[in-house]
Amino acid sequence: MTVLSLGADRDLRPDAFVARANPVAKLVVALLVSLTLLLTVDVVTAGVALALEAAVLPWCGLSAAGLLRRGWIVVAGAVPAGLVTTWLGVDSGEVLLAVGPVTVTQGSLLAGCAITLRILSVGLPGVVLLATTDPTDLADALAQVARLPHRFVLAALAAMRLFALMGSEWESLGAARRARGIGDDGVVGRARTASGQVLALLVLVIRRGTRLAMAMEARGFGAPGARTWARTSRVRRSDLGVVLAGVVIVTVATVAGILAGTWHLALT
Amino acid sequence: MHDASDLGVVAAPAVGLRARGWGWRHSGRTAWALRGVDLDIAPGERVLLLGPSGAGKSTLLAAAAGLLDDGAGESEGVLEVDGLDARAARTAPGAPGTSRTGLLLQDPDAQTVLARCGDDVAFGLENHGLPAELIWPRVDDALRLVGFPYDRAHATSALSGGERQRLALAGVVAMRPGLLMLDEPTAMIDPDGARLLVESVAGVVGLSPHAGSLRSTVIVVEHRVEQWLGVVDRVVVLEAAGGVIADGPALDVLAEQGPELFRLGVWVPPRFRAGAGGPARSAEATGAAVPRGETVPRGETVPRGETVPRGETVPRDAAVAGGETERADATSVAGSPGTSEPGRTIGSDGPARSLPALTARDLAVRRGRLAPVLTGVDLDVVPGEVLFLTGPNGSGKSTLALALAGLTAPAGGELVAIPELAGAVGPHPVRWRARDLVTRIGTVFQEPQHQFVAGSVQAELAVGPRQARVAAPDAARRCAEVLGRLRLGALALANPFTLSGGEQRRLSVATALVTRPGVLVLDEPTFGQDAVTWAVLVDLLRELLGSGTAIVCATHDRDLVETFVDEGRGRELRVGDGTVRPVAPTVAPIAAVVAG
Repeated sequence: MTVLSLGADRDLRPDAFVARANPVAKLVVALLVSLTLLLTVDVVTAGVALALEAAVLPWCGLSAAGLLRRGWIVVAGAVPAGLVTTWLGVDSGEVLLAVGPVTVTQGSLLAGCAITLRILSVGLPGVVLLATTDPTDLADALAQVARLPHRFVLAALAAMRLFALMGSEWESLGAARRARGIGDDGVVGRARTASGQVLALLVLVIRRGTRLAMAMEARGFGAPGARTWARTSRVRRSDLGVVLAGVVIVTVATVAGILAGTWHLALT
Repeated sequence: MHDASDLGVVAAPAVGLRARGWGWRHSGRTAWALRGVDLDIAPGERVLLLGPSGAGKSTLLAAAAGLLDDGAGESEGVLEVDGLDARAARTAPGAPGTSRTGLLLQDPDAQTVLARCGDDVAFGLENHGLPAELIWPRVDDALRLVGFPYDRAHATSALSGGERQRLALAGVVAMRPGLLMLDEPTAMIDPDGARLLVESVAGVVGLSPHAGSLRSTVIVVEHRVEQWLGVVDRVVVLEAAGGVIADGPALDVLAEQGPELFRLGVWVPPRFRAGAGGPARSAEATGAAVPRGETVPRGETVPRGETVPRGETVPRDAAVAGGETERADATSVAGSPGTSEPGRTIGSDGPARSLPALTARDLAVRRGRLAPVLTGVDLDVVPGEVLFLTGPNGSGKSTLALALAGLTAPAGGELVAIPELAGAVGPHPVRWRARDLVTRIGTVFQEPQHQFVAGSVQAELAVGPRQARVAAPDAARRCAEVLGRLRLGALALANPFTLSGGEQRRLSVATALVTRPGVLVLDEPTFGQDAVTWAVLVDLLRELLGSGTAIVCATHDRDLVETFVDEGRGRELRVGDGTVRPVAPTVAPIAAVVAG
């Protein structure tokens, strides 16, 4: 999450069509794409979906450079996954390359490409969602539009803020351990130190979380009675447009896959 | 009911508190946190609640705020807010957007809920069901009332501790609580932030020329008394076993109980510390007897704000005369006027032994991989002297201290240790193995809990010597010695996390001392400490200086800095604007006065 939210603000145009849409609309599109591509592993469906997503990127408010900066971790996962499938996947068709036990065939190459494209096309809407959505707005929308229980949503939001502090806490703990003379006893010692440090971090986070919960409770969180919302999360006509665009993307991709004969249900 | 048009005048009906034989015992404990509390606080009164650490003051506030559930422990007696049982008072319906009680807690980091300042203030109003269109005027009103310097859209992550605390106050004030409770609100923020917070509270309750104000009842729990005297009109003193032991107009109670409260660790203003026996002096008077080494002067422990008459500090020289000879040279040079200039080191005209233990040249320091916070730092860390790093929050004091401690790599320039300190492991502390580091440079972190790695005080102390390969019998002897010196003997088997704040601080210092480092680095050692622990630390630092330890101390505590600078054994560097600058002592070093 933090990896995705890094990057300069010049990558963002918050007034873009998708960027200013209700977070729930963006979430629906991301879920639609994920579900559609969960059904099949094929080059055509994933490729068409990715191409269409790239085509609408200019309306998303996130530049291509910004997309790469925030979404590199998706690429870093997609490419190796595809390569591994290409080398080790089920072989079929013409043998393109054979080095020792590793054979690359037409079938495994296609499967590898499909895997990479699938991860990228699922990841892209997610990156756009996270990059163009303020967490507070997302929580507001989840509670008011998607009607998720507000206690759950707000507690998760507060917890996210605590997670942001974990990086510096981890650093302090590491320095504090070195100051105690711990951490240079070879691999085993280092592993033991690291696990102790994780435990210490958990203790600190839980203690802070407990105090935060107390502060929230002192301000009426969780009290009976209706809660009001200072920021109203509204669904507008344009949000419907965003969802429709998502429907068009997944439909076109699936139809293209079926017409090309590459679409097949991955679950069977 | 309220209406949105009366923004200038924030009126809330003040709420009273009544306790009869009230007590609370946390689940799993045998002792009562407090017991037998009989207390009446009338609507509109402003009360400072005092008592020794562990007297259950925070527990009383949490209970009054209705935050202690049955599952958390067991209660007895009656505790009422606004005529209702305290727990019922929290949830009983009132006007929308108002609450009977508001509670501001100690830790600024643990009170920010949302990412934007305005949203954070609105949080409580939403929870209390105030209609959305009334929320934002109320938020603006609260932010203005506490003198918050930023707008609603400002990111909470960009706030300093003091600002964060004022934001949390705005969040509490926005709900127009009839009873405003503050639980050590300034214990974790710097002095400037504390001053502004107290001003904010004064403004909120109508003690400053603000147009509108809350007429709330106020209860403050705080160790530092002086800053609140302009706000409160009544002082109540609590004792864990005895309930309320003193109660009355603020100045009367302080005049009567001042010396006793000071002995218990409350930061009573100096004018109220004097009992019949004269000014509270030295560790013995504060109940903080620390065995001293022979080389240590029997000087004065001067808690907070007291200046020592010149003549009384002279024993410093007398003690040097009776101490080690090489120390005598170092100290007499340290006392001369020129040594407060950086670059001119004690070693330049003293014996080889008092060369700076650590030398930083053009040093740049940073946190993690961020851009350097400080550059071009030149300084010397000299045995027998405290080098104070002062400056506002976020200026880089702690970052510099960590770099000087060999815990983080310099972003530029270099930090060099003399061979006498480094021995065979090379001149760059950051490259030393951890086990080599602990016998050379000891570090005490601001948050003691960051440093605890063992299940008992005894085991905690044994970690350093074991890592440093100290022979077992010697290690055991050292642990016993440090336990005794820091008065932790009775707690040897206790879990470090269960100790009180002052005990945790003493333990973290003990863990650093047990490996006998030549350099000791302290990050805010007196932060949030009561007067007793403060006096113990000052005595201990004096003792360490006497035995030739070099000390680096990042701190906000003016009294600590002035105590050592006035004695001619401290030097102050001001950290700010990306670098460090020496601070000339405000008074001439005492040695010069004595000589003249």
